[in-house]
Amino acid sequence: MLSKLLYLFICFLFLFTVPNGILVKAATSNVDLIQQNWPFNGIFGRFDKASLQRGFKVYSEVCSACHGLRHISYRDLEGIGYSNDEIKVIAGEYEITDGPNDEGEMFTRDAKMSDKFVGPYENDKIARLANNGAYPPDLSLIVKARAGGADYIYSLLNGYKDFPEDFEAGEGMYYNEYYPGNQIAMPPQIEDDIVEFDDGTTATHNQIARDITSFLAWTAEPELESRKSLGVKTLFFLILITIMLLGVKRKVWKNLD
Amino acid sequence: MKEKETENKKGISNWIDERLPVFTFINHNLRDYPTPKNLNYFWNFGSLAGVTLVIMIVTGILLAMQYTANTEMAFDSVERIMRDVNNGWLLRYIHMNGASMFFIIVYIHMFRGLYYGSYKYPREILWMLGVVILLLMMATAFMGYVLPWGQMSFWGATVITNLFSAFPVIGDYIVTFLWGGFSVDNPTLTRFFVLHYLLPFAIVGVVALHLVALHQFGSNNPTGIDVKSEGDTIPFHPYYTVKDYLGLGVYLIVFAFLVFFAPNFLGHPDNYIPANPLQTPAHIVPEWYFLPFYAILRAVPDKLLGVLLMFAAVMVLFFLPWLDKHKIRSANFRPFYKQFYWLFFINCIVLGWVGAMPAEGVYVLISRVATLYYFGFFLIIMPFLSKFEKTTDLPSSISAAVISEKFDNNEPSSAESYVK
Repeated sequence: MLSKLLYLFICFLFLFTVPNGILVKAATSNVDLIQQNWPFNGIFGRFDKASLQRGFKVYSEVCSACHGLRHISYRDLEGIGYSNDEIKVIAGEYEITDGPNDEGEMFTRDAKMSDKFVGPYENDKIARLANNGAYPPDLSLIVKARAGGADYIYSLLNGYKDFPEDFEAGEGMYYNEYYPGNQIAMPPQIEDDIVEFDDGTTATHNQIARDITSFLAWTAEPELESRKSLGVKTLFFLILITIMLLGVKRKVWKNLD
Repeated sequence: MKEKETENKKGISNWIDERLPVFTFINHNLRDYPTPKNLNYFWNFGSLAGVTLVIMIVTGILLAMQYTANTEMAFDSVERIMRDVNNGWLLRYIHMNGASMFFIIVYIHMFRGLYYGSYKYPREILWMLGVVILLLMMATAFMGYVLPWGQMSFWGATVITNLFSAFPVIGDYIVTFLWGGFSVDNPTLTRFFVLHYLLPFAIVGVVALHLVALHQFGSNNPTGIDVKSEGDTIPFHPYYTVKDYLGLGVYLIVFAFLVFFAPNFLGHPDNYIPANPLQTPAHIVPEWYFLPFYAILRAVPDKLLGVLLMFAAVMVLFFLPWLDKHKIRSANFRPFYKQFYWLFFINCIVLGWVGAMPAEGVYVLISRVATLYYFGFFLIIMPFLSKFEKTTDLPSSISAAVISEKFDNNEPSSAESYVK
């Protein structure tokens, strides 16, 4: 009986893994991504709040020049460990067009906690114009929207190389071994000490790449921690009740022997 | 006084039952309902499918309260559900993965029927109603996948609706009619939302008919032999209620694991990019449960023929009871059918696999061979075997089969108890 259950379980797993392995393989390029041991991986995965705050600083000082985070509100920063007062200060640094007021005029005001992150460009057209025709994608969901997830983003940030000799490069393009087609419009952005971390962490290239990737993993899945902790409880309950049901089932069916 | 009260209490259920026989109905269909005593765990999947349907409808209704069916707002409204609605992420991940689970369950349920000949006399209509449910599920799942309005939503909808343009003369008219315009756009999204909400209730209706047809003759069983005496059956409750609960427990563990720890495992990353009609994704792939049919579609160089074959791949299931007229139901006693059956099973997995691959090189050849076998199995092998296949010895009854199985398993203790 137990072996039958096990067999069933294996059937399930088989059916799951087969299609997905194919999809991922079809979507990624040939180069293997740099695999990182992210603290948010695994059943008990949690974000490293200090890393997220450092990543937020990298975003604000580097990425936000071209990339938006339109699904994130300033109030969401509570999730990476900022207090309400701190968030009000952060939001206050940005200006937002609001209105019309009672006189029918549009006006600018400081951003509030409830506002979404202020993006770098008024609209897509201006964004393209400013970036040699390429559109810098919004980063809120970027980790979920790329095969390989966080590992892909981390690899991409570490994947800049000089063009191989026989490579026909487009104008203003850069070579990146992890980007599909290897030609990317984004110039390499990260270098040692390009930001100064408030907690004294040395801002090496790898450290910066790791922190910004963690931060973007959080913007893509801010629910990750509550999801995983609820998941552990749910699974514990389900396994317990299933074991009990197994006992009940055996007892009931014994009547038939 | 006291006597009167107890009499009244006792009387209420009787009073209702006399006028509306709900309790008799429950008793008849869920409690005393005589069920073959030898059903294995593959007979759990019907009830699991029913539970999944309920889960999908409940989560779906709750999601619809927050979703906005408008091309400008759909993507953001889904993200709002994920981020700002209380437990919205849970609802959406259950609904999203529930679709995959539903298809896994139903596919296993169908392979079960195919193996044990559950579609044969007198259960032909039962089987055909099942195929209707499958068709409705496919339409519902396809339209549901469009709603988040991501890149795969949009391009999947474009590719699939465009298939109808393959029909001569009326093709373009059909496509325009489906779209409600001249491209996949807001009218397409709104009608898909309406139909995605409507069709599940049609499924509920057909499921009810499916159950009525099932209870007409009762379940088939692993031997495929008809129930001959009362000794062959046991009451549904408590035996199969507890067995169904146990199966449900195992199922929910798998389901929960997916929802909580790998919610996007079966999805495509591109669907987290908002739909962009000006930018085609590198590979447009349907959800995994459509891949075998997608492979059949692409196996044929001619578009119209490909579309027809793809539809035929499902439609052929309607004719199963008449393609396989072999008197013996269960593959356990059909040595040849059994071999071809497992080959067919593997073939379906292969079709799913090539469906996810680019349509080039060796994959095209594989998909053609697999398509050929898919139809060959139904149209040539099945009718051929029904005429010529000799079966192995059948047990005289379900009870006899149960006893001999105990002996085969070398479990002397239980076998002895039978001898006694």
